[in-house]
Amino acid sequence: MIELWRRTQNPWGQDVLIGVSWDLMWVAVVAAALFFVGHSIWHRMRTKAAHAPEAAPARAPAGIPERIQRHSLAARLFHWSMAAAMLTLLLTAFVPVMGLDIPSWVTIHWIAGVALILAIVYHIIHSIGWQDFWSMMSFGPSFFREGFAHMRHIASSRAPEPKAGKYPFDHRMYHHAIIVVALSAVVTGVIMMMRIDTPFFAMNPYLLSDQSTGLVFAIHGVAGVSLILLIASHIYFALRPEKRWITWSMVRGWVDREHYLAHHDPAKWVVTGDSGSSRQPASGALADSSVSAPRDDA
Amino acid sequence: MATMKDMIPAFELVQPTTVEDAIALLNEHGANAWVLAGGLDTFDWLKDRIKRPEVVVDLGGISEMRGITDAEGGLEIGAMTTLTEVVNHQRVRGEFGLLATAAGQVATPQIRNQGTLGGNVSQDTRCWYYRSGWPCYRAGGNTCYASAPLAMNREHAIMGRNRCVAVNPSDTAPALVALDAKMIVQDRRRPFVHDAEDFFIGPSIDITRMTVMKPGDLLTRIYIPATWANSSFYFEKVRDRGSWDFQLVSVAAAFRMSGSTIEQARIAVNGVAPYPVRLEAVERLVAGRTPDAATQDAAGDLAVRGARALRHNDYKIPMMRNLVRRAVRSVSA
Repeated sequence: MIELWRRTQNPWGQDVLIGVSWDLMWVAVVAAALFFVGHSIWHRMRTKAAHAPEAAPARAPAGIPERIQRHSLAARLFHWSMAAAMLTLLLTAFVPVMGLDIPSWVTIHWIAGVALILAIVYHIIHSIGWQDFWSMMSFGPSFFREGFAHMRHIASSRAPEPKAGKYPFDHRMYHHAIIVVALSAVVTGVIMMMRIDTPFFAMNPYLLSDQSTGLVFAIHGVAGVSLILLIASHIYFALRPEKRWITWSMVRGWVDREHYLAHHDPAKWVVTGDSGSSRQPASGALADSSVSAPRDDA
Repeated sequence: MATMKDMIPAFELVQPTTVEDAIALLNEHGANAWVLAGGLDTFDWLKDRIKRPEVVVDLGGISEMRGITDAEGGLEIGAMTTLTEVVNHQRVRGEFGLLATAAGQVATPQIRNQGTLGGNVSQDTRCWYYRSGWPCYRAGGNTCYASAPLAMNREHAIMGRNRCVAVNPSDTAPALVALDAKMIVQDRRRPFVHDAEDFFIGPSIDITRMTVMKPGDLLTRIYIPATWANSSFYFEKVRDRGSWDFQLVSVAAAFRMSGSTIEQARIAVNGVAPYPVRLEAVERLVAGRTPDAATQDAAGDLAVRGARALRHNDYKIPMMRNLVRRAVRSVSA
């Protein structure tokens, strides 16, 4: 029987929550594996019953460069530093639970947590100041229209893949999920850091009541288990052949014109391409605003 | 007739006669099994109703785990050999006196008659919050009660802490580390040989265990190589009363001398961390030096570098410093 929570009796005989059951870790691992298998089968069947692509725009905008910048160097640096921190956090959190000893895993874990916090703070500042933060975060009517179109595409091989702005519907949904889960882990993680030896806080295990402490541990655990699923699916899609062009854009910074026109709506992701050409270097040095104008559907 | 209801919770007692059978039983029952050696740690847990194993695997009938034999110039000691046998063994006393001295300071003669070397090194910590059944980290909970601002932590750790601040209580553990002993641990597939200093683990590796042994593993033998035979040894255990007490701090040291110079040393301290601490930096410091006052002071100061006291155990820092000084002084002319 799978348990959801770990509970114990505190020294006063009260039944208190102490955290999430590690059974859920295995549930997440199995669910991720089943999802990969299920999606692979679904995708194979879908490929066989290939649907007609969405009608191409009547007239592709002129002057679309060969390489279109999707992620600036700053954005990529954030992404990969966050990825390193997140993977370290997951490994140090769950590998010891699986029975493999990692010396000083708690220390490595909280240091990775601090690195993640710094990366998130940097990302928030960077995205508000230099990226189209509100269009990524907004829930306008077009978001839901795109969502319905996306669901229809998943459900029916006849429904074409909707062309998105810079950030497709599924990416935005993933981003929203990561915000909720990662911030839950971060906030509870900071509270948990107050209970151990770090340079930041004087250790105080009695900062919260037993009940509140248990709740903090449980939220941290649920967030951690959820991150197993989220990160595993993220890596899965990043490695899928049909998605690798997106993955490469997070390495090189740009997407090519062919993928841009095939998957994105130039009206939603406006590329003012006078600065680009087929010889445009892939350095990410282009200013975001020149190739990644704010979405007009927000 | 009155019926006594407050009994030790019932368990199934199994008494294997071979290591193979014991391993099979331990693996069959996993975390529900409890290993019974001399019983001196075990029955505290059971009588306090803190541990409630379903199956107790009594190793008392496994003769191959008893006795001391010569092995490759050194000694091989079965894990079920009693501490009294260790103390009285001629070669242990003659060549590895450090272990004989340490084993001779365990508790009382009665306890040494019953307690085993394997049990002494495998025993659980004596942190009373943990031993009283409080749901601390070591017990699977999410709090260390002993490191709280107002906790009673006079006997707790000054180094090697990681959420848990309990200390290793074994007297023989630092002696085995100093003698570079090898711990032979059998799991269901094969035996593993661990250096004694790696056999004991801290909470940074696994907060619920004191040693590398996981459920299903069994310490079968302890091999003491000839490397440090007949060296100059020093063991000192400081405790609150003259006998039948756990150490506050203990030191075990082996010195190989060349004239009046320390050629090589191995020094371990216990009672200061959740595991016996080998002082490698001190060993390097004293190697090649005469054990004069300057070396003694330097060794003591270096030993406590990085130590941090809790609310009530700051006395352990000078105590550890002085014990290391005295160990080095013991080989001065």
